[in-house]
Amino acid sequence: MRCKGTRGLAAAMLLAASVSMQPVLAGDTITVKGSDTMVIVAQRWAEEYMKAHPDVTIQVTGGGSGTGIAALVNGTTTLANSSRPIKGEERDAARKNKIDVVEFRTAMDGLAVVVNAANPVEHLTIKQAGMIYSGYINNWKQVGGPDKKIIRYSRESNSGTYVFFKEHVLMNRDYAADAQTMPGTSAVAEAVSKDPNAIGYGGVAYFATNPKLKILKIKKDDKGEAISPLGADGKPNYQAVWDGSYPIARYLYVYSAGQPAGAVKAYLDWILGPEGQAIVERMEYIPVKGSAPGAGN
Amino acid sequence: MEQAVATETVLEETAPARRHRGPRRSMLGERIVEAFLTLNGFVAIAAILLIFLFLFKEGVQAFQTISPARFIQTTELDFDNMPQTVRMWQPVSTNPKYSLVPLVLGSFLVALPATLIATLLGAATGIYLAEVAGKRTREIVKPAIELLAGIPSVVIGFFCLATLATLVQNAFHTTFRLNAFVGALGVCFVIVPVIATMTDDALRAVPGHLREGALALGANRWETILRVVVPAAASGLTASILLGMGRALGETMIVLMATGNAAQVTLNPFESVRTMTATIAAELGAVPQGGEQYRALFLVGSVLFTFTFAINLLAEMAVSRMRRRLAL
Repeated sequence: MRCKGTRGLAAAMLLAASVSMQPVLAGDTITVKGSDTMVIVAQRWAEEYMKAHPDVTIQVTGGGSGTGIAALVNGTTTLANSSRPIKGEERDAARKNKIDVVEFRTAMDGLAVVVNAANPVEHLTIKQAGMIYSGYINNWKQVGGPDKKIIRYSRESNSGTYVFFKEHVLMNRDYAADAQTMPGTSAVAEAVSKDPNAIGYGGVAYFATNPKLKILKIKKDDKGEAISPLGADGKPNYQAVWDGSYPIARYLYVYSAGQPAGAVKAYLDWILGPEGQAIVERMEYIPVKGSAPGAGN
Repeated sequence: MEQAVATETVLEETAPARRHRGPRRSMLGERIVEAFLTLNGFVAIAAILLIFLFLFKEGVQAFQTISPARFIQTTELDFDNMPQTVRMWQPVSTNPKYSLVPLVLGSFLVALPATLIATLLGAATGIYLAEVAGKRTREIVKPAIELLAGIPSVVIGFFCLATLATLVQNAFHTTFRLNAFVGALGVCFVIVPVIATMTDDALRAVPGHLREGALALGANRWETILRVVVPAAASGLTASILLGMGRALGETMIVLMATGNAAQVTLNPFESVRTMTATIAAELGAVPQGGEQYRALFLVGSVLFTFTFAINLLAEMAVSRMRRRLAL
């Protein structure tokens, strides 16, 4: 942030931060805000945890990873969910507000590239996917499909999914100007399921159960093996994500303002423990390796 | 805009009160009420001025880090490392791009077709209500149209996204399922009632003696409406269209859901576009306060506000012109 004339604003933010920094008083309320990808699993965590700990209230809202981290920096939330790591400038902004941001890796997610079920294309290399999204491949013919224009569906720039895909698939090139930005991954799924020439991307869990969609296998390079983020049983392919053979995977993070203590610490420990990780599995995300592999139902 | 209209009615109401002032009435009570009403009028003006100041103060700061030329175009190396001039809105990038060209084009590509279609439908409805419909029909139809204006725009937006887009794609075989035209049709739901009710009001404000004169001179009903009543209310009609267009430019939720939000430089209404309103709505919530993108978004807001303000001002001028001409 290159601001000069907003010192008053910063002071106000600091004041707000110092007021809301100790929400863990009577009745313990924890607010969680951020990634839309994580909102389903975060809500389930909160529900299950509150069942076991009726004295704690947990409020979960989405809005995007950027929104969540901005709220953490401004002191308006206890925890931030993010599907991308915090940026240096966000950490700096937090430091300016006297907040030391602490990171927790709470789950993993394979990002799927998805097309309409009517599309004959079965697999892409990472490079092809990147060239499609950055506008250098514009026809399905160029990747072994029909002679049709590719319709690209993307996400808003505040989404962690957008940033992750840009860094790891587009190799930091810009998205093509005609890439349509959807307000959420479920909107991407909806759009791709209705458009035979469409391509979309997002967390595997959003696409796995929709029969009108086809999840593409991804190759690391021309010679690599085409690997699906889904296993033969239709569930996310843990091993491929853990050992990195499925190349588009990421951690899902929870950030706290300062080292968590009291009820917040207990909640985070529970998320990282067997019960929290079992919920991760049930929501078709991938548990963090070593925490609770193979647990669940 | 609505505030400005409110100001006028307030002033009109206070004037006759002064005329009927009786000697036995409490002068003090009346003065307090009058002062209160005047104050309300000025609060509206003050609010507009403060919004203006706030928007432009934040927006102008964008120029501290972004040179004015970059709000039009940027030079970018392409895949073969050749410099290319690009007009893109892509604020999250190693080389952030803040061209307003696709956003302004996008806004008008939705607002102009919407205004055009809504004018045809709305003006026809207004003429029907004021000149053709019987009293009982009118009492049913007019509130029904006003109810249409009360549908939450998110509901209209979802209808466009899920259903209307498919109908449009099947009818016109468009490449993009979500496009400016789908957004324009959605926006019509909101502005047809505006244009219809204002047209109705304008036509009913035309003095009866003009109609009677035309009929007495042998014109039939159709000629009377088309040659006498509608021209007499022309300024009012213009105002209704302009207000509708101002509303169309400012509409957010429907265009956010129905247009696909791809910031393309295009003049084809069947392509996906990104409007100024949708950009602000989608991005402002997630940017750090006081950052470069935050200020650029305020600049977008300033540009949008300037457009809608100019259009509403023109509409106001048209209304007062009609008042003068018809000596109301």
